[in-house]
Amino acid sequence: MDLIGKFKKGLSKTRDILLTDVNELFSMDRKIDESLFEELEEILVMSDLGIDITMEIMEKVSKKSRKLSTADELKEVFKDELKALFPVKEETLLNDPKAKPHVIMVVGVNGTGKTTTLGKLALKYKSEGKKVLIAAADTFRAAAIEQVEIWADRASVSIVKHRAGADPAAVAFDGVEAGMARGMDVVLIDTAGRLHTQKNLMDELRKIKRSVSKRMPGAPHEVLMVLDATTGQNALSQAKLFNEAVGVTSLALTKLDGTAKGGIVAAVAKSMKAPLKYIGIGEGVEDLQEFDAEIFVDALFD
Amino acid sequence: MFDNLSDKLNAVFKKLKGRGTLTEKNIEEGLKQVRLALLEADVNYRVAKKVISDIKERALGQDVMDSLTPGQQIVKIVYDEFTTMMGDEHEALNFGGATPASIMLVGLQGSGKTTTAGKLALFLRKNGRKPYLVPVDVYRPAAIEQLQKLGSQIGVPVFPSTAQMAPVDICTEAVRSAINEGCDTLLIDTAGRLHIDEELMAELEAIKKSIKPSEILLVADAMTGQDAVNIAESFDKRLNLGGVILSKMDGDARGGAALSIKAVTGKPLKFIGVGEKTTALEPFYPDRMASRILGMGDTLSFIEKAQEAVDIKKAEELEKKLRKNQFTLEDFMDQISSVRKMGSIKELIGMLPGINKKQLAGMNIDDREFVRIEAIINSMTPQERRDHAIIKGSRKKRIAMGSGTTVQDVNKLLKSYTQAMKVVKKFNKGGLRSLKNMLPF
Repeated sequence: MDLIGKFKKGLSKTRDILLTDVNELFSMDRKIDESLFEELEEILVMSDLGIDITMEIMEKVSKKSRKLSTADELKEVFKDELKALFPVKEETLLNDPKAKPHVIMVVGVNGTGKTTTLGKLALKYKSEGKKVLIAAADTFRAAAIEQVEIWADRASVSIVKHRAGADPAAVAFDGVEAGMARGMDVVLIDTAGRLHTQKNLMDELRKIKRSVSKRMPGAPHEVLMVLDATTGQNALSQAKLFNEAVGVTSLALTKLDGTAKGGIVAAVAKSMKAPLKYIGIGEGVEDLQEFDAEIFVDALFD
Repeated sequence: MFDNLSDKLNAVFKKLKGRGTLTEKNIEEGLKQVRLALLEADVNYRVAKKVISDIKERALGQDVMDSLTPGQQIVKIVYDEFTTMMGDEHEALNFGGATPASIMLVGLQGSGKTTTAGKLALFLRKNGRKPYLVPVDVYRPAAIEQLQKLGSQIGVPVFPSTAQMAPVDICTEAVRSAINEGCDTLLIDTAGRLHIDEELMAELEAIKKSIKPSEILLVADAMTGQDAVNIAESFDKRLNLGGVILSKMDGDARGGAALSIKAVTGKPLKFIGVGEKTTALEPFYPDRMASRILGMGDTLSFIEKAQEAVDIKKAEELEKKLRKNQFTLEDFMDQISSVRKMGSIKELIGMLPGINKKQLAGMNIDDREFVRIEAIINSMTPQERRDHAIIKGSRKKRIAMGSGTTVQDVNKLLKSYTQAMKVVKKFNKGGLRSLKNMLPF
């Protein structure tokens, strides 16, 4: 199946991920008037895009709308504005021979689905024939190590773990070391969820990153921040503080299979200039998909 | 908590209060800003619209316009409307119906159900009940282990569920074994899934039917955006919720969900989770929360926390000691540990009225500082603690080594202790009767 088809299939139950009823709003043979704009604003706010971006889009769209007469024409303008929210995706470094193993550190606040996303990534890389190792560096939350062990089992990949309460930086260090010694292609580092406002916990995260790059200069090659689609404007503050601490390089948006629109990710991607790489649209392993803004926005309007 | 919203609102109010008279235009401009602040705080779009129109209706009345302090009046109106929006009064947990009583916790994955179950168990035990934790999440890897570990941390019995058991069977068996264990309140930690997951909803309904819980509580993440209302509505439709617990309020969450859920579903917010520790769960009071949001502080919660943490007998003993100038480093440490029991210092200061939140953010209070102080005092001999004057060079060196600090740290502590003692002596000479409220810092 081609990428677009696959993506649309994934979207079949989440067609309305970012914006519901948008098409409906435009397809009606409506005039461009105050009430159309008000409904548009409501839709944008309800998608958690945030008031700043909403205002920005509304302003641009309304400026351009002066030359237009029907809502249908406005649709293209609107589509372009939405696409412009997502920065261009960077090439993945996975095939860079110098970066072997490719070290990915997974971070985020509590309960966004870090471990699940990491587990799905392990399965994905494994199915691509890569040698994968997981470092269970969430030594804090009760039973977190057991959870990641179950994922390692499922994906039949290696795992490096210490006991609960151990220094996570040491686990990460050992994980990278084992990855290098055993000729792994990918090392995934699971970290404990933490609120971005807890200074000491963010310092701990910095330390994990430092110890990883100590063992392997240039690593981690990727810092994947996992965001929950139901999160509101707080995601901006999460992203900012995580970025300050460990330099987020890409984003994953989980739990998009509910009714949340996840619009905040656009604001996050825009403010950090880090691409949205994966979206989680279900419990199944195949439900972690690569994200492409172009296809995504087009699919919304089909 | 609500800091962003508070800042924005206070900026608006400052402008309004600065004027002697208010025109309709002034008020409308101000309310526009309030609306933006609400939307930025994730308050539901429709709820924001309704609240603003309610405030506007009252604010444009003659009473306000004619008032000598129109700005002040508007703050009062906003306070009233926020309180109403959040539910007016605190609603307590319901234990009626079958004995033992059961409380079911439901919610999305990652909302904090399991952690909240542990916190709630501890809260119930403090309030004289005998909780029994029942893990029913047989799907998420290691979810049962997580609750079992939490249970053993706080010393609350946990039903030995296994991932092979059916959820309804777990619940019915748990009721029997709760009675055997002499427990009177079951806390049922259900599996987290999306609210549109039909299978899960059916499972929750089956559990509800089999054990007839006295209370079904939705655990929702304070960081949730506009979807919070949809989530609450779908759970409520299927299960008829008794209330909501909002978790993770300790971050810089906008908390707008808190302001919206009651307004849309009519179901009250009963508790808020305010930290990682198992004690970090607070009953929710709409009026107190409204005054926190509007930067008027929450002294009531502060006093309650102090009462919870401070032992009255010990306080009286302390008063005597202070009066006789016999307040030793040992007592000093007791004081510190009871203050720490109340929660993080930052959170406590945030409850006091008139504290500038921005200044607070810049202060960067590190709770670990107290760990250091404790370590230093713990490294002293009993004699040294009773008589700090004997602590000289070599003793200082030993104490610093023992506590993993430096001699400077030890000096700093001794200095702040002697300064506190000087203040106490002055008070004693001045004949101030009660020093009960005087903490050493």
